[in-house]
Amino acid sequence: MTTFIELLLGGVSLGSVYALIALGFVVIFRATEVVNFAHASLLLAGGYVTAVLSDDIGFWPALLTGIASGALVGAAIEFLVLRRYRGSDHSVLAIVTIGVDILLVTDLTRRIGTDVLAVRDPWGDQLLTIGSVSLAQTRVAALLVAGLLITAFLLAFRYTSWGVAMRAAAENAGTAALMGIRLGRVSLGAWAVAGGLAAVAALFLTVFPTPGLERATSLAALKAFPAAILGGLDSTTGALAGGLIVGVTESLATGYQSDLTFLGRGLGDLAPYLVMIAILLVRPAGLLGTKETARV
Amino acid sequence: MGGAALDVTRLSAGYGPVRALREVTLDVPQGSVVAVLGGNGAGKSTLLRAISRTLPYYGGASKGGSVRFGGAPLHTLTADRVVAAGVSQVPEGRQVFARMTVQDNLRAGALGSTGGRAARAAALRRVHGLFPVLAQRAHQRAGLLSGGEQQQLAVARALMAGPRLLLLDEPSLGLAPMMAARIADTIRQINAEGTSVLLVEQNAALALRLASRAYVLEVGEVTLSGPADELAASDEVRRRYLGVVDEDAADDAFRVTEQAGAAGPGGRPPALTRWVGP
Repeated sequence: MTTFIELLLGGVSLGSVYALIALGFVVIFRATEVVNFAHASLLLAGGYVTAVLSDDIGFWPALLTGIASGALVGAAIEFLVLRRYRGSDHSVLAIVTIGVDILLVTDLTRRIGTDVLAVRDPWGDQLLTIGSVSLAQTRVAALLVAGLLITAFLLAFRYTSWGVAMRAAAENAGTAALMGIRLGRVSLGAWAVAGGLAAVAALFLTVFPTPGLERATSLAALKAFPAAILGGLDSTTGALAGGLIVGVTESLATGYQSDLTFLGRGLGDLAPYLVMIAILLVRPAGLLGTKETARV
Repeated sequence: MGGAALDVTRLSAGYGPVRALREVTLDVPQGSVVAVLGGNGAGKSTLLRAISRTLPYYGGASKGGSVRFGGAPLHTLTADRVVAAGVSQVPEGRQVFARMTVQDNLRAGALGSTGGRAARAAALRRVHGLFPVLAQRAHQRAGLLSGGEQQQLAVARALMAGPRLLLLDEPSLGLAPMMAARIADTIRQINAEGTSVLLVEQNAALALRLASRAYVLEVGEVTLSGPADELAASDEVRRRYLGVVDEDAADDAFRVTEQAGAAGPGGRPPALTRWVGP
């Protein structure tokens, strides 16, 4: 039972980190209708800046710089690349983001090389123990921070002018322009927010129990794709649900791997995709996604 | 809320190689209601989109000519600057943000407003006064409103920016006659409060009752223009847009059919020979 609770809590914490990534993914999709395949490299960029600077300028300034860099890289992709293709088909834009991803990841892996960049975070490998259940402090921090950011984000999305502009642009760009909403600014903002959120997620993907930032970190970020897709690509709440489902599934599958040896090893990495496929079979638009409907 | 005149001079626009507007010249004097009539594909919506600078979102572009509002050029601005200059458009087919609440739709409309919080609150009071149903349904999703309510919301949303000129694209489209008449009353009231209106309509009878001046657009060109009552009385407009059949012309047409019928094989009613068979 203790193992189960530990795995479950660990999964929820991991899931909240995936939710952060998926949320950025969904925000970009809603504001610009672009499926952003460069999201993993956005995360790697933010994480890289945090990891490199944490040695020199201390953890918190490094984290802030990392978040700012993530936002900046996101905004730069929008401004320098995607804006040039405005008016193109959305699938063309999606393919453009694959190109951007290849460029960014190539450069970052060249810089990282074979190193594992450890982040000097204040939590280290300490555990938080309540009764017989113990959980890494990093996991607790991840859960709290992600929960806080997601709440703040959803409130802003619902109540601020920025949120209204974002939702209006997502629903109908031409009509939103008639309202005097600056679509360029909306999509720039979406990319910046997504980059910032990805940088925060990068931190929690590289602290204990993970040794640090390495090439493979962007692969971990890929798990946010099933999270976003199974939640429904255009639903912010769906991104949360998807993130949690993927996190818990991965955690449980990894934890009980020894009982499931007949399925072979590495089930934890595979499980999120299996869940995604299972859910999409039943609900093709994802859990909370909008069904494609056309009124005649 | 002072008005200002809109001057459109030799405006051309199109979608790719397709020319949708050809050197259209029209003006909306300060404080007036001007109607643009025309059938499907006459370029009415293109005209409004060219004025509001939203053609690029529909794959089109302006190709010459000028649009001035109160003397200042609009045709060099971006869509948000046009709204800031005091020109708001109600798009064809209402286009309310269906997944957002009525209240949030109105908030979206106020995003282009240049006034502060007080101006926005005043605009909200004004539209709630014009359309009380929107206050009752503030927290409902706009997609759940009836067609007439959605049209009211679309007009209210455009008014939230505090425009001096309102561009209306087919406000009576798909509405029951009674609802269309109510929308017409509202347009009259909005105009009486000092907002100029450029009204694009297929429902010519309704448009000509509201407007002081009207233009007829055909295949992208202005073919007729003049005071609304004169146009309403002209045979051309009566026959084409008001559905009033010119009796002499109808008689002529009948006679021609009669003769054709008499000349046909076996006195049968006229039919395409190909289908008559041996």
